[in-house]
Amino acid sequence: MTALITLTGVNKYYADYHALRDINLTINAGEFFSLLGPSGCGKTTLLRTIAGFEQVTDGVVMIGGADMAAVPANLRPTNMVFQSYAIFPHLSVAENVAFGLRKSKDIDKQTKAEMVEEALTMVGLAGYGKRAAHALSGGQRQRVALARALILKPKVLLLDEPLSALDKKMREQMQVELIRLQRQVGITFILVTHDQEEALVMSDRIAVMFEGEIGQLADPETLYRRPNSRRVASFIGKMNFLEAEVNAVSDVIAIDVEGLGPLQVSLEQAPEPVKQGPAVVGIRPETLGILFEGETTDRKLIDGVVDEVVYYGDMTYYDIRIKGISQAINIAMKNLIGRPVLEVGEAAQVIWDERALVVLN
Amino acid sequence: MWQKLTSTESGRGLLMVGPPFLYALILMAFPLIAIFLFSFWTQDFMNLDMTFTLNNYREIIEKPIYGALLQRSLMVSGAVTVVTVLLAFPVAYFISFHVRPDRKSLWLFLITIPFWTSYLIRVFLWKVILGYNGVINTGLLNIGLIDEPLTFILYNVNAVIITLAHAFAPFAILPIFVALEKIDRSLLEASQDLGESKFMTFIRITLPLAMPGVVGAVLIVFIPTIGDYVTPELMGGAGGKLIANMIQTQFLALNNAPLGAALAIVAMLCVTAISLVFVLLNRRWLKGRS
Repeated sequence: MTALITLTGVNKYYADYHALRDINLTINAGEFFSLLGPSGCGKTTLLRTIAGFEQVTDGVVMIGGADMAAVPANLRPTNMVFQSYAIFPHLSVAENVAFGLRKSKDIDKQTKAEMVEEALTMVGLAGYGKRAAHALSGGQRQRVALARALILKPKVLLLDEPLSALDKKMREQMQVELIRLQRQVGITFILVTHDQEEALVMSDRIAVMFEGEIGQLADPETLYRRPNSRRVASFIGKMNFLEAEVNAVSDVIAIDVEGLGPLQVSLEQAPEPVKQGPAVVGIRPETLGILFEGETTDRKLIDGVVDEVVYYGDMTYYDIRIKGISQAINIAMKNLIGRPVLEVGEAAQVIWDERALVVLN
Repeated sequence: MWQKLTSTESGRGLLMVGPPFLYALILMAFPLIAIFLFSFWTQDFMNLDMTFTLNNYREIIEKPIYGALLQRSLMVSGAVTVVTVLLAFPVAYFISFHVRPDRKSLWLFLITIPFWTSYLIRVFLWKVILGYNGVINTGLLNIGLIDEPLTFILYNVNAVIITLAHAFAPFAILPIFVALEKIDRSLLEASQDLGESKFMTFIRITLPLAMPGVVGAVLIVFIPTIGDYVTPELMGGAGGKLIANMIQTQFLALNNAPLGAALAIVAMLCVTAISLVFVLLNRRWLKGRS
């Protein structure tokens, strides 16, 4: 893996507002990288900094080993798919796609036309070249925006919330297509999104951002299973939090968790080093279970009462009150054959396992 | 009857449209029809000979003065339009792209300030500025740039163009400003992202997308200036008179309303033809915008 983009000590201020706080980041060649975070966390600012639309207040942005400080957006080896797609309304689809080829004087007209058709084919819009840009649907606009950027064979493709304007079905389809496209062209993709599921599905690595800082940078599985802080844990997926007290840290962690009692968990279950003293323990709803009649388990059980039921079709989410735990615990259950949907007030036996716990500071 | 008018939807609509429609009929359609009819009649000293004749039009075609005046009018209007739009575009561009959003309305407001004084007074002000002993000449004489007052800036076509261009500036700035405001700024970033410099982005994106506003400005400036009669009367001197002045002369001084009417019809047809060209152009530019 070779580093393609390196950000060192990047800071960005808008007047008094500190939009990016000391960002250090390396993005590798050929990787699908995501910047994930809530609105206003600085993810788009960071992307625009790489594209050259924002100047850093402080710090260095390197792309392909070259300092980008004095390089304007139009000379950077990056291309962007804008959130609004920014399709030129006065040009046809083919003219939009060919827009960036004007400067390539050594390519003749015939070849350019072939390149355009090839790019349109790649995004599934073969034969759409003559259409007017305004006659396209949202999904088609996005494909044109992709073709327009990819035809220039950039080192980096920047995607600014490209799927947020599409409906759910279309979004899921485009996620798969983007992954396929990225593997096909081998270009580094940097995706900005606030949709954690989208980031998990598509990315090789994800940087989770909060208030201008990178909270955690990891691959999707690590991010989901071993979030390093409470805010990352609650931003990505659902997470139950339990108050706990770390008693001792040796080659295992001895911890006393509310409602569950004293336990021993492995050191890997604490993504950040923990010390003796108060801590928080996180546990995902799907790592817990409810013991239904006729089912057995060799894992630990604890008694509770159903507090809330949310039926999703394939899944049912239960909030269960457990003695000694201050907040109701959220549990996700697959609606397998023979499993009833419990009702509020019913007693339930909760299956749990300390291997699923994450210890957070 | 009244009940019917006020109770139904269409009746209420008619009631609302009625007064302005009558107003338009009386003040627009009737005079136009009258002018049109007059142009086929003949003035016989104090009497009006109402037999149909094409003599007025024949005279306009045969006597070179009318053609020359019309040509000069078109030329002056064209020059005014070009000057106005060329000067208005940078102003509109500046307000749209470089003025803080919360200050834009203030800027537009300031642009309309010259309109707080009457058109006539503004024309006279230009006389003061351009005159033989005017601001420009005195200024240039005092700093020693010229030895005698410039004479080509007043009482000729140049003076008419300068005055009209100033008078119509806001009418050109506003439509261009609106067109520029409508341009999605991410399009400009997209163009730069695709490798174009700021200048080429202007040429390839901003300008084409601003064209509907430019065409609108051209029409708004061109149509009224060709019929303008006050400015050439006051600023044009002997050589700066335009077709509107001739129409006025025919109607009043020469007491030949039919010939004046025919001239007005001919001028109107010219404006209509040229405007249609621009409207069609605008259609082309507007095609593909929703």
